Amino acid sequence: MDQLNSYLFIAAILFSLGVFGVITRRNGIAVLMGVELILNAANINFIAFSRFGGMNFDGHVFGLLVIVLAAAEAAVALAIIINIYNNMNTINVDQASQLKQ
Amino acid sequence: MNNIFINYSLFILFLPLVAFVVLIFTGKRLPRQGDWVAVSAVLFTLVLSSAMFVAMLLDYNPDFSQQSGFTWMDLGAFKIEFGILVDNITIIMLLVVALISSCSHIFSLKYMEGDIRYSRYYAYLGLFTFSMNGIVLANNLISMYMSWELVGLSSYLLIAHWFEKDSAADAGKKAFLTNRVGDIGFFIGIMLIYSSIGSFLFSDVFAGVAAGKITGITLTLAGIGIFLGAMGKSSQFPLHIWLPDAMEGPTPVSALMHAATMVAAGVYMTIRLFPLFTPDALLVIAYVGGFTAIFAASIAITQNDIKKVLAYSTVSQLGYMILAVGTGVYTAAFFHLVTHAMFKANLFYGSGSVIHAMHHALHEKHDHETDPQDMRNMGGLKAKMPITYWSMLVSTLAIAGVPLFSGFLSKDAILAGTLAFAQHQPEHFLLPVFGFGAAAMTAFYMFRLIFMTFHGEHQMPELINDIHESPKEMTGPLVLLASLSVFVFYTLPNFNPISDHGWFTDLVVPRTAVVPGSMTAHEIADYAHHAHGLAMSLSIAVIVLGIALSVLIYFKKVFSAETWASKLGFLYDWSLNKFYFDENYNRFLYQPFLNLSKKVAWLDWEIYDRYFINGFAWVIEWYSRVTGKFDYDGIDQGLVDGIGRIVGATGHNLRKIQTGRLQNYLLYVVAGIIVMIIVQAF
Repeated sequence: MDQLNSYLFIAAILFSLGVFGVITRRNGIAVLMGVELILNAANINFIAFSRFGGMNFDGHVFGLLVIVLAAAEAAVALAIIINIYNNMNTINVDQASQLKQ
Repeated sequence: MNNIFINYSLFILFLPLVAFVVLIFTGKRLPRQGDWVAVSAVLFTLVLSSAMFVAMLLDYNPDFSQQSGFTWMDLGAFKIEFGILVDNITIIMLLVVALISSCSHIFSLKYMEGDIRYSRYYAYLGLFTFSMNGIVLANNLISMYMSWELVGLSSYLLIAHWFEKDSAADAGKKAFLTNRVGDIGFFIGIMLIYSSIGSFLFSDVFAGVAAGKITGITLTLAGIGIFLGAMGKSSQFPLHIWLPDAMEGPTPVSALMHAATMVAAGVYMTIRLFPLFTPDALLVIAYVGGFTAIFAASIAITQNDIKKVLAYSTVSQLGYMILAVGTGVYTAAFFHLVTHAMFKANLFYGSGSVIHAMHHALHEKHDHETDPQDMRNMGGLKAKMPITYWSMLVSTLAIAGVPLFSGFLSKDAILAGTLAFAQHQPEHFLLPVFGFGAAAMTAFYMFRLIFMTFHGEHQMPELINDIHESPKEMTGPLVLLASLSVFVFYTLPNFNPISDHGWFTDLVVPRTAVVPGSMTAHEIADYAHHAHGLAMSLSIAVIVLGIALSVLIYFKKVFSAETWASKLGFLYDWSLNKFYFDENYNRFLYQPFLNLSKKVAWLDWEIYDRYFINGFAWVIEWYSRVTGKFDYDGIDQGLVDGIGRIVGATGHNLRKIQTGRLQNYLLYVVAGIIVMIIVQAF
């Protein structure tokens, strides 16, 4: 059980770091990196529960799905950021506020 | 068979009403403005009433009486029945009304020719005939009162027929308002009787009085109240002021309404209701009538307007009839009513004929200033207008009470009754004095009228060639009515001209009053019969005196009227000015009343309106302002707008957390999750 706790602990730290990055970074790339960290924290949890929770390979399947999802998300998000850069000459997410009133 | 009387009466009642309705709506579009509708309707009623009269004579029954009616209004305890009552008095009265009304209709064909409201005039005559017949035929107090008011209305309309003249319009108003005073008394009397007896039907009322349901002072007051109505309508002192002014109406109207029928309605009503008058009420009636008789005669002596003389003469003669009712010889009153209707209507038609002639003569001369009714402008018309002269002379002899003429018989019966009354109650000696005094004056002023109008030289010689006898539509009624003023019509088959018996006097059998303690009809008749000889001698004596004085002053000119007038001083002055009644009414009644009205108006306007109404308004206004302020500032500004402002402010503040930055939202989510976890932990 201690091993599960330590994995969960690491995943929680990773998740917290990811959230911290998403919240505090102005740079769009850095925000994306925070999102990747959150996803990977979730992956660690899936794998940990799969290994120690007696759930066989279900967790692995979800982990692989999340990785694919993350790849797709990163591709789309980077395309968005490139477009933001092309339009505004910056990738600072605070600047992208035209929709704000 | 017997219902024929009722059916005929209904026709007589409603035919003139039909004529009125037809004429008032379509009169102007009919040929000849529809006068033939009115004339034929009233002639038809004359035929019917003559038929009834003949039928009554053929099968004479002193107690004949028929009623027919229906319930007009039934409110449980309150029930009004309408109906008609036909008895001997009714039949005679219907004949009189139909006869005089026919004469007036025919007379007016020429007299009113070319009048601007010709068809309306005939319509009103029809309305009047209908309402007069309504009074005559009524079998209950309510329908009598309704017809009574209708008669007052048609009188008003016809007096004010020439309403372009202020004097005619004023006279109409005066007649209407003066009558109103009396009618209120009548109404109070009716209500007093109804409240005690609970029915308006004459038969129930008499039965109730006989049964003692209403007695003593209440019955006396009810009787006096009812008599007040008669005082107004029959123009008795002190409500006599309207009748002389009513002569502003067309002369045929004066003859029909203000001499023969309408003013006799009051007398007819007291005759009809005679059984319920108490001795006290009768005494009041007698004194009012007697005083009116001599009072009005004393005014007639000095009047110069031919119609004014006749008007005061009418007041005086009506006083006679009322006096007769008061002394109990009400059959004599009815007799006098009938004979008076004939000769007084005739005198009015005669005066109308004279005025018509004078008017035309003045018109020829383009003189519109001279008064065609002033006797001082007349004289010597005898040769020019023989038919008018002779018929008026016959009527004058009749009204003066000369033997061989109808007036002698009826006036004599009244004087005998009055004398008998005073013989048995010597404290009332004034009543016969009134009666005989008035008889002397009547003879005097009537002959004065004849002499001033028809004898001597014409006072305006330039007119005499333009004066002509009136056309036969006007002289026909004159001749007819003059012939009916001769004694034979009333004394057949007894040709004794001084007898107090004849078919007519025996036709109406007096009934004893139903009030306990009254003299019986038999007693009254007996006393009157005993007084007859003395009364007759006295009346002939005073009549001769009156005529002789008149002949000496106005015919032989032995004494000058002017000298006598100046010798009599203020008496002459008072008489000429009608004892200043109008002036005194004006000073002591109308003006104080107007002043009172002004004071009350001042109170109303200056005090009540200003302080109460306006004060109330001020309070309301102040209150409104306060509540308005509360509503606007408190409710609207505070509550309604306050809620709006709170929502707005809340929204404004909440808006700040909607930064549009995903990171902030995420931060909130994280914070929220942390809070939830912390809460979960505890």
